[in-house]
Amino acid sequence: MSKHIPLILKLIALGGLLAFPMADSPFYTELVAKTVLFGIFAMSLDLLVGFTGLVSLGHAAYFGIAAYTVALMTPKYEAASFWTTFPSAIGISAAAALVVGIFVLRTKGIYFIMVTLAFAQMVFYLFHDTALGGGSDGIYLNLKPDTTLFGGKPFDLDNPFHLYYLIIATLVVVYLFLKLLLRSPFGKVLVGIKSNEHRMKSMGYRTFGYKLAAFSIAGGLAGAAGYLYAVLFGFVTPELMSWHQSGNVLLMVILGGMGNLVGALLGALAFVAMQEVFSTWTKHWQLVMGSVIVLSVLFLPGGLSAVPRRLKAALTGGGEK
Amino acid sequence: MDFYSFLIQVLNSVQYGLLLFLVASGLTLVFGIMGIINLAHGAFYMVGAYMAFALSSLTGNLFTAILLGIPLSLVFGAFLEWALFSHLYKRDHLEQVLLTYGLILIFEELRSLLVDDEVHGVAIPDVFSASIALNDTLSYPVYRLVISAVCIVLAIGLYFLIQRTRLGMMIRAGSHDRDMVQSLGININLIYRTVFALGVTLAAFAGMLAAPISSVFPGMGGGVLIISFVIVVIGGIGSVWGALFAALLVGFADTFGKVLLPDFAGAIVYVLMAAVLLWRPEGIFKKG
Repeated sequence: MSKHIPLILKLIALGGLLAFPMADSPFYTELVAKTVLFGIFAMSLDLLVGFTGLVSLGHAAYFGIAAYTVALMTPKYEAASFWTTFPSAIGISAAAALVVGIFVLRTKGIYFIMVTLAFAQMVFYLFHDTALGGGSDGIYLNLKPDTTLFGGKPFDLDNPFHLYYLIIATLVVVYLFLKLLLRSPFGKVLVGIKSNEHRMKSMGYRTFGYKLAAFSIAGGLAGAAGYLYAVLFGFVTPELMSWHQSGNVLLMVILGGMGNLVGALLGALAFVAMQEVFSTWTKHWQLVMGSVIVLSVLFLPGGLSAVPRRLKAALTGGGEK
Repeated sequence: MDFYSFLIQVLNSVQYGLLLFLVASGLTLVFGIMGIINLAHGAFYMVGAYMAFALSSLTGNLFTAILLGIPLSLVFGAFLEWALFSHLYKRDHLEQVLLTYGLILIFEELRSLLVDDEVHGVAIPDVFSASIALNDTLSYPVYRLVISAVCIVLAIGLYFLIQRTRLGMMIRAGSHDRDMVQSLGININLIYRTVFALGVTLAAFAGMLAAPISSVFPGMGGGVLIISFVIVVIGGIGSVWGALFAALLVGFADTFGKVLLPDFAGAIVYVLMAAVLLWRPEGIFKKG
């Protein structure tokens, strides 16, 4: 019985998400939708940070590339098709991650962090400085993608509830995909690379190829989140791929505890909740946010996910290992 | 491009590159010696620039502002090392990223609270406000030459400090083996504190020098930070000479990129970095 508890909790949480629009509060429905798509974004980064041991500080680039893909594919006065834009957005961001990955995966450790950041910044400037994507003002997405398929319209993205359920469905698909991926031999190799890449190499695995595949998959999944963001809010700006966005999503992954997909989702929830609460206190909410981050690093080594273990150690008088 | 416009661009490239060197040298020293990735390093540049703005409005003189600003930056750096960074040496890079990212948010908000979110100018001191006429239409501001000169003097000073003094010897030894240096009776914590304060002061000083030509504005630290990362990556972590070479390279690439390929100016530096990564993933000057 007890081994089913996590599954039951997840199903209850999913039921709660599905039932949420019944509360009939458009504001909170949008906020939950935003939280969930950041959750997808955080899960995609967790594949790199938590499972493969690659700390990327440039993950927002792929989120933004997908958002720009749908904005650029949508003509000014008519809607683009959902069935072409969604796969294209994911494909293009995965391809971008593949190209960047070839460069950044040549480096390790501190270099990797700096280089991923620098490449994301290159993408940022590409959209910020050139006429390609409307410059620093970004682009408005006047019409949400059209979902007509074989003459019928299974759902309508102009309806906020349909859009909400699309986001939840994407979450479920991405979650299950990552679960299966991590259970597969491919996923085992990634976890092996995280714990000891040298050993994996000496066992004959070409770790570069595995890391590159993971980097590209993570980019594509971040793209799915970016696409949904663009459709939900109806505009894209270069800020979507700014390094603050990359920092924030890394923060979500760490808040929730790395190497834990549900944790990434909870991290996104904690982040959005902090953002909402602190910003009602003061215009300078980032000051509170920054202080929370600094204090938690100083006094909670290992992050929030280590709290239960530390509490347990303190209660049993076992001392910390 | 005629000769004089070319000359102006060359001088600008050198000046920009040398200024970046001041920021990047502190970053690479802190990386190389203490093993810390410091995202907040760009914020020190911003703090310096705002210090120049605030102190020169108070005292009416940029020189006084800089003279006051340098000891303030040293104290500020030593304090930060004592209060925060000294706890990070044995943590992994992820926690260093997190803490220093939090610091950026704090510094930006404090800046917004203490000053405001407007763009401010800082006056060039009267002595250096002239321009040297190159031909009938073109001239070059003396202040930019002064910046280059000051940076060159500092670079030479840094060379002597690291290669020729006892302190420099201890710094170099500390980057190789922390425990061994300590067992020889050298207070490594003091060395680390000195290096960190020095790095903060170099970045802040660069901000003070740059304030009159770039003006001071919110978020000015972020751009400098990322360019400095690129410099450190190109030059090789921990190599001050790599940083000098890479900073000049970036200065030229950026300045001439803006003139020759204005649409892609922002991205050109990163293309340069990508090329270096393909060629030497550990940076040009990384020691084997």
